[in-house]
Amino acid sequence: MSAIQLIARAAAVVMVGLSLVGCGKSEGGAGGGSGGGGKGAAGASNTNDQGTGDIVIGHYASLTGAEATFGISTDNGIKMAVAERNQAGGVRGRPIRLITYDNQGKPQESQTVVTRLIESDRVVAVLGEVASSRSLAGAPICQRKGVPMVSPSSTNPDVTSVGDMISRVCFIDPFQGLVGAKFARENLGFTRGATLYNRAQAYSAGLNSNFVEAFRTLGGQVLTEQAYSDGDNDFSAQLTAIRERSPEFIYLPGYYTEVVNIARQARRLGIDIPLIGGDGWDSEELKNAGDSLNNSYFSNHYSHEDTRPEVQDFVRRYREVYQKIPDGLAALGYDAARLLFDAMERAESLHGRDLASSINSTTNFAGVTGMISIDANRNPTKDAVILEVVNGQPKYKATVRP
Amino acid sequence: MTQFLQTLFDGVTVGCLYALIALGYTMVYGILKFINFAHSDVFALGVWMSITIAGWMGIGAAGQPTPPLYLALLVLLGTMVTCGAVGFTVERLAYRPLRRAPRLNVLITAIGVSLLLQNLGQRPFMFGPYPRSLPTLVESGTLFTVMGVPVRVSDVAVIGMALVLMTALQILIFRTKFGSAMRAVSFNTRTASLMGINADRVISITFIVGTMLAAAAGFLYGMKYGGQAKQTADSMWVMLGLKAFVAAVVGGIGNVRGAVLGGLLIGLIEFFGVAYLSSQYRDAYVFAILIAVLLLRPEGVLGRATVEKV
Repeated sequence: MSAIQLIARAAAVVMVGLSLVGCGKSEGGAGGGSGGGGKGAAGASNTNDQGTGDIVIGHYASLTGAEATFGISTDNGIKMAVAERNQAGGVRGRPIRLITYDNQGKPQESQTVVTRLIESDRVVAVLGEVASSRSLAGAPICQRKGVPMVSPSSTNPDVTSVGDMISRVCFIDPFQGLVGAKFARENLGFTRGATLYNRAQAYSAGLNSNFVEAFRTLGGQVLTEQAYSDGDNDFSAQLTAIRERSPEFIYLPGYYTEVVNIARQARRLGIDIPLIGGDGWDSEELKNAGDSLNNSYFSNHYSHEDTRPEVQDFVRRYREVYQKIPDGLAALGYDAARLLFDAMERAESLHGRDLASSINSTTNFAGVTGMISIDANRNPTKDAVILEVVNGQPKYKATVRP
Repeated sequence: MTQFLQTLFDGVTVGCLYALIALGYTMVYGILKFINFAHSDVFALGVWMSITIAGWMGIGAAGQPTPPLYLALLVLLGTMVTCGAVGFTVERLAYRPLRRAPRLNVLITAIGVSLLLQNLGQRPFMFGPYPRSLPTLVESGTLFTVMGVPVRVSDVAVIGMALVLMTALQILIFRTKFGSAMRAVSFNTRTASLMGINADRVISITFIVGTMLAAAAGFLYGMKYGGQAKQTADSMWVMLGLKAFVAAVVGGIGNVRGAVLGGLLIGLIEFFGVAYLSSQYRDAYVFAILIAVLLLRPEGVLGRATVEKV
């Protein structure tokens, strides 16, 4: 008995010893090994940049899959920013090289391609993702490896709380939920709402609770909160339950492919009240809803109808390159890349920690989507716009200030 | 009351789709005693083939008038034939060489075939990696309204077509000579072969019939929902396939009537669960029923318990 205990104890001591040695080794290793990586903890700092040659930046995006236009638009915006910057002489006198990987709209795949960007392509910074679930998959890796990540359009608050390497250029959902609630309550004068959200997406579930809280605070009533999941395509049971309670509108904080299907199914069930949503609706594919989405609204980061010269200039150049009107994701991709270049110019070096602190100290950066100042939680405070869907095309309706 | 009737109606409609897919699982299991995991991908293929064929014929695109019924039936036929051909090819190339191999090998091969179909379907030369709009092949208007429940043409078509196909299958299995051969092979393959039945041919045709039913379910699915169909590797197809598989097990795997009953049961449980309990646990209701059935009546509702001889 005691002999066994002795052996066990000895084994434990050896194991603890080994693990200590392991820690010591990786701590001293170059290129960022292990390190902090917990919530808000100071992470490692990568030394991927060699000081000469191309500056390599990475982008991970859903170029295919159910949210493909998110990734494609963002990548178009980033590519345009890179091309313009290189034409103007690059950053720190060096050209920028962009590497984009497709994650097929899957969180697991995001982890794989982010690791590949950092370990094998040795990027100095990562741009991505649009969907919060996928940003939340990539962010811990960037934090651990000490590579700054700028999310163009993930609005879930948790994304940047992963750590000091992670920042974004868009507003966050507590604000977006409030914008939707204010619009429904004050502009449309509604008091009775219902919601239908995707419980499998951090963005959708988070925005739903932000909206519900804000709408109740404003004196509105949320009659029912219904949920669906990633694999669902039949929403009739949830919609029937909503119809039964006869609300004045339905809040749909989901992504466009599902929104199109939900809208069609709702209209078939005879539900013709307004549908209201968030920036997840922003896609040219909204046209597939036909007239099902008429009399519906969503909050977004920008409107291409905005008359500010920055916006009109951007829209004109984007149309020259891609022959289509840029959506909000293209504008945010463009802003994220340009903000990154601006920070690179100001940074002491392009090593992880220096670059991150330069990004985090950005103030009054004039982006297409508005003035961007990164706050202490690495989130900017920005205006939101409300767009009305008219035959699948978004039309500017109102601007909401924080 | 309206909510109850609406839920009942939707549950039955979706249950019919589950039943059609479940039939494929159950028929293959009945004869080969293995689960064809690639079956849900054949269903997805059915959805996408009907989009593609309608596209070739230049009908049903958004904004165009609804085509005459015979053209829609032509699309259905085309979908069933192409998917049947895929089913035949898969059986011939992937499963037949393993006829005498341990069952586990066949099961793993089925998963491989499933991944192959999913990812081939996503290639640009096939259907592409993006969601695509489903064509409108049948008038989408409301036929009549019963106590506040809109009964639409496409729902009636789904239920009607499912009934026709299931009746045809019932006749094929229990009223024809080929059906006897099928049942004989299912009962004991070796003895059936000794009696002069070409077992390989029977198995091939079983596969073709099973995949054709899944293809028809795919067509009906597209007709019922319209809107956007997700790419073939999306998790939604696997989930639909899993629910149909649960339907087959709940009804009694290997039992054709059981599959129909199981499909309806699963559809109703899912819809009533979402409507009256909570939409948070949609899939949980289905799998809870599976667990309950496996615990209380492992052979399924209509299945017959068999004693394994060791």
